Amino acid sequence: MSDPVSEKPERSRAAKWTRRGFIGAGAIAGGALVVGVAVRSGNPVGKLKGIVAQGEGEALVNAWVKIGSDNLVTAIVPHCEMGQGANSTIAQMLADEMDVNWENVRVMDAPADGNYVSQHAVRTFVGPGTLPDRPNQVSFMEPTYDGLFTQIGKLAGAYITGGSSSVRSTGQNGMRIAGAAAREMLVASAAKEWGVPAAEITTQNATVIHAASGRSEPYSAFAAAAAEQDLPRAPRIKTVDEYKLMGTPAPRKDIPSKVDGTAIFGVDAGPEGENLRYAAVKASPVVGGAIASMDASAAKEMRGVLQILNMGDFVAVVADSYWQAQRALNTIKITYTESENDSADTATMFAGFTKALDEAGDSGGNSKADYGDAVGALADAVTKVEAEYKVPFLAHATMEPMNCTAWVRDGKCDIWTGTQVPLMARDGAAEGAGVSADDVTMHSVLLGGGFGRRLTPEYTNQAARLAKATGYPIKMIWSREEDTAQDFYRPADISRFTGGLDENGKVICWNNVHCTEDEPPEAPLVEFYDIANVSVRNAEVEWPVRLGAWRSVAHSQHGFFVESFVDELAAAAGKDPVEFRRELLKNSPRHLAVLNGAAEMAGWGSPLPEGHGRGIALARSFNSIVAEVAEVDMTGETPKVTKVYCCVDAGFAMNPDGLKAQMESGIIYGLTAAMYDEITIKDGAVEQSNFHDYKMMRMDDAPDIAVQIINGAPDNLGGAGEPGLPPAAPAVTNAIFAATGQRIRELPISKHFA
Amino acid sequence: MLSISVNGKPEELDVDPAMPILWAVREQLGLTGTKFGCGIAQCGACTVHLDGQPVRSCSTPISAADGKAITTIEGIAEADGTLSKVQQAWISEQVPQCGYCQSGQIMSATALLKETPNPTDEQIDAAMKGNVCRCGMYGRIRKAIKVAAGSEPSGSQEASA
Repeated sequence: MSDPVSEKPERSRAAKWTRRGFIGAGAIAGGALVVGVAVRSGNPVGKLKGIVAQGEGEALVNAWVKIGSDNLVTAIVPHCEMGQGANSTIAQMLADEMDVNWENVRVMDAPADGNYVSQHAVRTFVGPGTLPDRPNQVSFMEPTYDGLFTQIGKLAGAYITGGSSSVRSTGQNGMRIAGAAAREMLVASAAKEWGVPAAEITTQNATVIHAASGRSEPYSAFAAAAAEQDLPRAPRIKTVDEYKLMGTPAPRKDIPSKVDGTAIFGVDAGPEGENLRYAAVKASPVVGGAIASMDASAAKEMRGVLQILNMGDFVAVVADSYWQAQRALNTIKITYTESENDSADTATMFAGFTKALDEAGDSGGNSKADYGDAVGALADAVTKVEAEYKVPFLAHATMEPMNCTAWVRDGKCDIWTGTQVPLMARDGAAEGAGVSADDVTMHSVLLGGGFGRRLTPEYTNQAARLAKATGYPIKMIWSREEDTAQDFYRPADISRFTGGLDENGKVICWNNVHCTEDEPPEAPLVEFYDIANVSVRNAEVEWPVRLGAWRSVAHSQHGFFVESFVDELAAAAGKDPVEFRRELLKNSPRHLAVLNGAAEMAGWGSPLPEGHGRGIALARSFNSIVAEVAEVDMTGETPKVTKVYCCVDAGFAMNPDGLKAQMESGIIYGLTAAMYDEITIKDGAVEQSNFHDYKMMRMDDAPDIAVQIINGAPDNLGGAGEPGLPPAAPAVTNAIFAATGQRIRELPISKHFA
Repeated sequence: MLSISVNGKPEELDVDPAMPILWAVREQLGLTGTKFGCGIAQCGACTVHLDGQPVRSCSTPISAADGKAITTIEGIAEADGTLSKVQQAWISEQVPQCGYCQSGQIMSATALLKETPNPTDEQIDAAMKGNVCRCGMYGRIRKAIKVAAGSEPSGSQEASA
């Protein structure tokens, strides 16, 4: 069989790139391999085909992409759409490689089916016969063949939406290769049909063209034949100068449905035509507590109430309407069993943190980074600087409260819910419904915000248990109060620093100890700053509450800690904060360019009105570098952030408007927490309950935001959903310092202006 | 039995008169574009129009709508399906992220522009501060309102590219 790739002049370079790409894909975009190989002749393509190919005349080219008889190309995306727009962007990447115009592209969520992602799937679909009997197939993955099984198996879902990974992993390493492969298979089919060399065929706008003979056909004409083609050995990926769609602000595919009320979120979804019943629930407000007793005498008399259930760990009211269920639940007097956390409170917990940090001292605890001699170098310092910072627990407060619709019958379970981890959610539902995971159907819906909250989908288990117990299709909705009380919180933390400056104001040592485990591990590290002697450690502490991943995870704390302390060192050195950071970034050109970009945008150094101030902060997270300058107006009773200038280098902006929107979003999310919010614990329970005591930034308090993009590393993409957040808080507190001399070392800022 | 015009269509509803408009339109009429966010009129996700005025439907009983007209997000496009100027601006400025709050945002913005066709920033603040966008798209919402008002040209995408 002819190998179209071998005729490409840039084959070796492309192949090398591709190999690297697939090595990366093994960890996160495992689906790419599974479905990519699913098109191999003789492979068990049938099952996958039934899942994703729906319409008459649709042929499965490979499971990342299908082509309809109408020449519409559907990208099958293994990520959830929770607002980040990445599904649209990674479809853009596929379409560009495939030479499909944006108007002809549709986006479809991959079904939550283990065939896409599990280790079993890889063995079933990739394993049999791939090597060695078909050595020309997917040979680019040979070096990591064994490793892939391990890596994919380890990942609780390659089907996971988090870690700002969609574009840089799935898009870059999966979608682009899939799109290029699909295009080459179409070309190969056309070449065979027309009896011409593949190298003479060009593609554009979803059309194969043979200019010499004047022939052209839409892709759909060859879709079925292409599905029979061998997967190319090393599909050729475009170079940046060849990009047509990548790097453009192609409009998001999901937006039209979000302006006319037709978008379906979890809370909107359910079985068609079935008589849904609604459930309101309340669990113990204290971790470890269960239901001891309940008095539901008033509730059971209330209109619409069908069942009142003591589920052991929570109480549920099932009614004809959610409002009736919740209203009845609110009348039930519940007592809870004792829990070891009954007396937990925030002050005691912070005292425990302080004790642990005292014990760790200047060299104890778990080492996160250790180079040079941070303790020894301090003896040589002309100026010593010490500071301690503190941040609270935070809730996610997605606009759509947690909810799940479940229907259990005939040994099967159907689930409609928004989740960042459909496979984990499915397993929880299976356990709750008492069926096997294979008997659970996960229906894909939009997420009304994720931010990490929907990485812990315990609510599917809860809803499945209710559906099983009642026999009804049940739509369970958490009240905002339940959502706030039962979150998995961003960890509170205290972080201590000791730094030393030499006689020129240069930082010679940096010693940090804090309490949280660091996820991702680089969050507290400062390797991009030119500091010779560094020690970063954490001290282990106990947690009386559930912890979860909150947008930007540990970067959300350490961005504030690190950039506050850098600012304090600059002040101690008597240097301008930007100039001081420039010196520290002399070996980090991309970071320096981002810093300079933000400073220039903001007109750093130009005069501001009396009582106003500017602050800068820099953070790298999820492989992107972001600097932000905040301007604050301190002339009122409380600080007002008037402007944020943001410069971002995410390697290459696949969709510049999407990247810009994510920066805007991360900044507001970060500012909301920095300005207003803390979750506090008293008698083991969360004290906040709704938006009146867990405040959201609103239109009148939101700053103007300007975003500038640097494409600093086109082959080394960074994330977008989270990296805008970490610099937001310290940029503001540093601005407050610049305006007033007041150093804010504890968040939220509002505490200091009550 | 309550008689209510919903998006121009007469409806007879046999529900508890205390039931909030939100749940009546979502569960009884299947109009799920109106969203539940907080239940206490703090977030604006549930905003609908009652006789043209924006109300928080999570905290307004359906009885308050008896004999009146409710308009939801499903009812603001033209009769022929053409999207309203506000909806079109929401697309041209690529406003929504997760999109959950946007029905309420659009209903508040639509009511604002009906009363104040060319609003100042202060008027936009006053009309929109009851609507939370957890994805933080306030800058785009403000821009889209001005685009819909005709006071600013479209172009958030060009500006960023």
